[in-house]
Amino acid sequence: MRYIRPLSIEDAAGLLADSAGTAAILAGGSDLLVRMKGGFIEPDLIVDIKAIDGLGEIRETAEGFSIGAAVPCAVLGENTALQKAWPGVVEAAKLIGSKQVQGRCTIVGNLCNASPAADSVPALVAAGAKAVVVGPRTRRTIAVEAVPTGPGKTSLAKGEIIEAILLDKRLPRSGDAYLRFIPRTEMDIAVVSAGVNLTLDEQGRVKSARLALGAVAPTVVLVEEAAEVLIGSKLDEATLERLAKVCSGACRPIDDKRGTIEFRRKVAGVLARRAATTAYARAGGK
Amino acid sequence: MNFDPRYSGRNFTSVGTRPIRPDGVDKVTGRARYGADFNMAGQLVGRVLRSPHAHATIRKIDTSKAEKLAGVKAVITAADLPDLTDGDAAMYDILDNCMARKKALYDGHAVAAVAAVDARTAKQALKLIEVDYEVLPHVTDVDEAMKHSAPLINDAIFTEGLEEKPVKPSNVTKRTQYGHGDIHEGFGQADFVVERSFKTEQTHQGYIEPHACVANVSSDGTADLWVCTQGHFVYRQHCAQLLGMEASKLRVTSSEIGGGFGGKTHVWAEPVALALSRKAGRPVKLVMTRDEVFRASGPTSATSIDVRIGARKDGTITAAEATLRYSCGPYAGMWAEIGAMTAFACYKLENVKTVGYEVLVNRPKTAAYRAPSAPMAAFAVESAVDELAKEIGMDPVEFRIRNAAQEGTRSSYGPVYGPIGIGPTLEAAKNHPHMKAPLGKNQGRGMACGFWFNFGGQTCTDLNIGMDGSVSLAVGTVDVGGSRASLSLVAAEELGIPYEQIKTVVADTSSLGYNDMTDGSRGTFSSSMATISAARNAIKILRERAAQMWDIPVDDVVWEEGHAIAKGATHGNLSPLSLKEIAAASGKTGGPIAGHSELVADGAGVSFATHICDIEVDPETGSTRVLRYTVVQDAGKAVHPTYVEGQYQGGAAQGIGWALNEEYIYGKDGRLQNPGFLDYRIPVCSDLPMIDTQILEIPNPNHPYGVRGVGETSIVPPLAAIANAVSNAAGVRMTHIPMSPPRILAAIEAERGG
Repeated sequence: MRYIRPLSIEDAAGLLADSAGTAAILAGGSDLLVRMKGGFIEPDLIVDIKAIDGLGEIRETAEGFSIGAAVPCAVLGENTALQKAWPGVVEAAKLIGSKQVQGRCTIVGNLCNASPAADSVPALVAAGAKAVVVGPRTRRTIAVEAVPTGPGKTSLAKGEIIEAILLDKRLPRSGDAYLRFIPRTEMDIAVVSAGVNLTLDEQGRVKSARLALGAVAPTVVLVEEAAEVLIGSKLDEATLERLAKVCSGACRPIDDKRGTIEFRRKVAGVLARRAATTAYARAGGK
Repeated sequence: MNFDPRYSGRNFTSVGTRPIRPDGVDKVTGRARYGADFNMAGQLVGRVLRSPHAHATIRKIDTSKAEKLAGVKAVITAADLPDLTDGDAAMYDILDNCMARKKALYDGHAVAAVAAVDARTAKQALKLIEVDYEVLPHVTDVDEAMKHSAPLINDAIFTEGLEEKPVKPSNVTKRTQYGHGDIHEGFGQADFVVERSFKTEQTHQGYIEPHACVANVSSDGTADLWVCTQGHFVYRQHCAQLLGMEASKLRVTSSEIGGGFGGKTHVWAEPVALALSRKAGRPVKLVMTRDEVFRASGPTSATSIDVRIGARKDGTITAAEATLRYSCGPYAGMWAEIGAMTAFACYKLENVKTVGYEVLVNRPKTAAYRAPSAPMAAFAVESAVDELAKEIGMDPVEFRIRNAAQEGTRSSYGPVYGPIGIGPTLEAAKNHPHMKAPLGKNQGRGMACGFWFNFGGQTCTDLNIGMDGSVSLAVGTVDVGGSRASLSLVAAEELGIPYEQIKTVVADTSSLGYNDMTDGSRGTFSSSMATISAARNAIKILRERAAQMWDIPVDDVVWEEGHAIAKGATHGNLSPLSLKEIAAASGKTGGPIAGHSELVADGAGVSFATHICDIEVDPETGSTRVLRYTVVQDAGKAVHPTYVEGQYQGGAAQGIGWALNEEYIYGKDGRLQNPGFLDYRIPVCSDLPMIDTQILEIPNPNHPYGVRGVGETSIVPPLAAIANAVSNAAGVRMTHIPMSPPRILAAIEAERGG
């Protein structure tokens, strides 16, 4: 096994593109090392991206925020501007694993691990986040939801690395929220989760909305019908009930050791309703 | 030597105080040596190949490729562990469980093992071993396994304990029955009857330290074993018997232990490590992974229990009946029998009958888990008791007080009770502020009682007095919960010297006589009795030496507060001799001063507890939160109250995990789906409230200080207390443990729908 710590993203992409056997990217290592210890993966090449300039930074730009691929989730919570603009994204990142894990894990790693139950992904999808994908000679920006294609699978080509996650500058009267269901209080994996992002008009009506569900299908589900239900409303009881129904209906869950189909459907609706209520309050809705 | 174990009331100086434990600093600084912390020069890495099948005939094992791999020093199969058990069925089961002989009987069953120069080579070698399996139909569910159509796990098993000798083999190894009176008559007198069926899933003790050992077999046939265990003397016996050694040729040293809870009373990897070392001619270290611990150590039974209880309008129970089916894994056990004995032990009953069925399934061999079998029986019985109280319209505490066993009651499992604590724990619970605290929306309160026998057993202790007057105490019971501190306190109490002057160690098997293992809540109970005896023997010698130093008759010397004192008119001007002074002179008065003891600690007092808890249920998700938890338990006498409280809290914490989320989940293929702490959910710190404790002290008449075992009873009531609280909060009776959110939500929805 070779371990390399390149200094530029292009070098990293080149190493991955030229690798013969199994190659893996190491940022925080909270998924990779566990998989290696468990014997699920034996990489021939590990490319550690933490020494690459800028990858460990959160930058605030005219367009919004750029979160480098090696930024630990705990650092997201310490960035006041990000926390103020995107509290839902930050709370999702800060639910991953435990305090210790959050000191290492990254949202890009969470995205590329491509688990249907990834905590930060529904929040990022709801937020309309984009991923900057760099190859040895290419650079493109894609929607976050275009990255995972199935459990453990992504749309990234060999040699491609996500350099950063982009979040838009916040419009006024906006709020987001993320909720997940786990049987314990921490150190767990989402059984169901919901991320909601809302912008209100001056009258406090929902002007635009995005809602994403996690752990209820092979990939994160962006529920467009849920946005339609929310837009134009002030989240009255009838709207919330319709929202819950729509979200339960949008699930394509499985029965497994973490929960049943019925449980996931029902709780998806409950979490969607509760997360929408929180996002609405954060947007200043009354 | 004569030793009088009877209780005699006394005022204590050291016992009952709370000094720092002698093993504390090393544990919090990481210096303490656990099982995997022992290393030897030239040591090899041992790894075990395990069956991926729940049930399969092993046609052939080809180890030739693995043997040829560079760095591999030994490969073993069952052929390297020949059957030396000589008709001892229980030992044969242990042997077969260590290394499958003809059939793999569960997912994770060991089939071969390797010793190699490093972990990587050992792992590679495992992949090169070819096992030819014939996969057989399997059964993992306890009720399914009892059906006539179920796959047979062992066709040589015919159910014992039936009136007629069965003609067909069965997965039920044994039927047992306990009770007295006439339940038909009893139910005839009842105004109210509650009848319900319950299920509990299989759980693991969840000790944080995996099984680990280093084995070193010398070419002269002697051997050393360093191991994490609850009983190194028992490990020595079992390993020696399985490997064909004389016990005295095998020295076993117990490491510090990162939790056992009954799960480290059984050998799995140790005979394998010894066999590998014997074949390789080098020391072998074998450490289980967490995956292996879950798949192939000894979890507790899954159960299916029916309960029927009847009572008169005035709240008197007239009859009680239970049928208990416990899974044993693929080998015979007595788990249902213990459940049948403990089920109604809290109550004074005229008519009671319990029947237990031991059931074989394709799961790992069941081992003890803290008060083994009692929590599941208590869950079923205490749930029904709660429901019956509700039907009668009585407060659940009052109903239990009315029916509680007391001194002189004939217990449901036979013996007549001496002074016991069930009544006092119920009265204390009734008067506890917790009982009167207000509850909010979606919150419920539950309470339940629990019983455990406790055990005494064979014990041997050495107390050696150094020439500087410091005292070393060597005990043979592994310290799982602070017993070295407690035993130092007991020695300090007897000798009349400060706690700090005593150092207690756990001696290896070559340095002390045989000791039963630390189970049955016996560690402090039995070893304190042996320590008192050893100290009294040492005092006798101290008095003799003082008499010699003074040149007076020994009968004129008494021992008080750490000093020899001359009594009688003629010795009035002799100033007392301290232990230190006598020790300093010992070289000239007859040599080293020591006290020994060998005894069977009979008369372990039974122990009772009552628990109260408050739970909030989210009716939309089935999520639960434990808001408040109180343990009231009889300790007889709390030697070190902090560690008694620790035992109370630990049992409650494990019970909370078991009640709410922990379970073995098997797929249709018979493979364990959650062999790790991610999906086998023991509670994390933030899941638990501070667990409040109240120690009651109803002296055990059979111990000089009144001590009772305290380690196990605390896990008996939680399943039931939490089930009663959840049922009250959710408005629906929960009958299936664990009460995971999907189960609670499904029950709430069914109640709403129906």
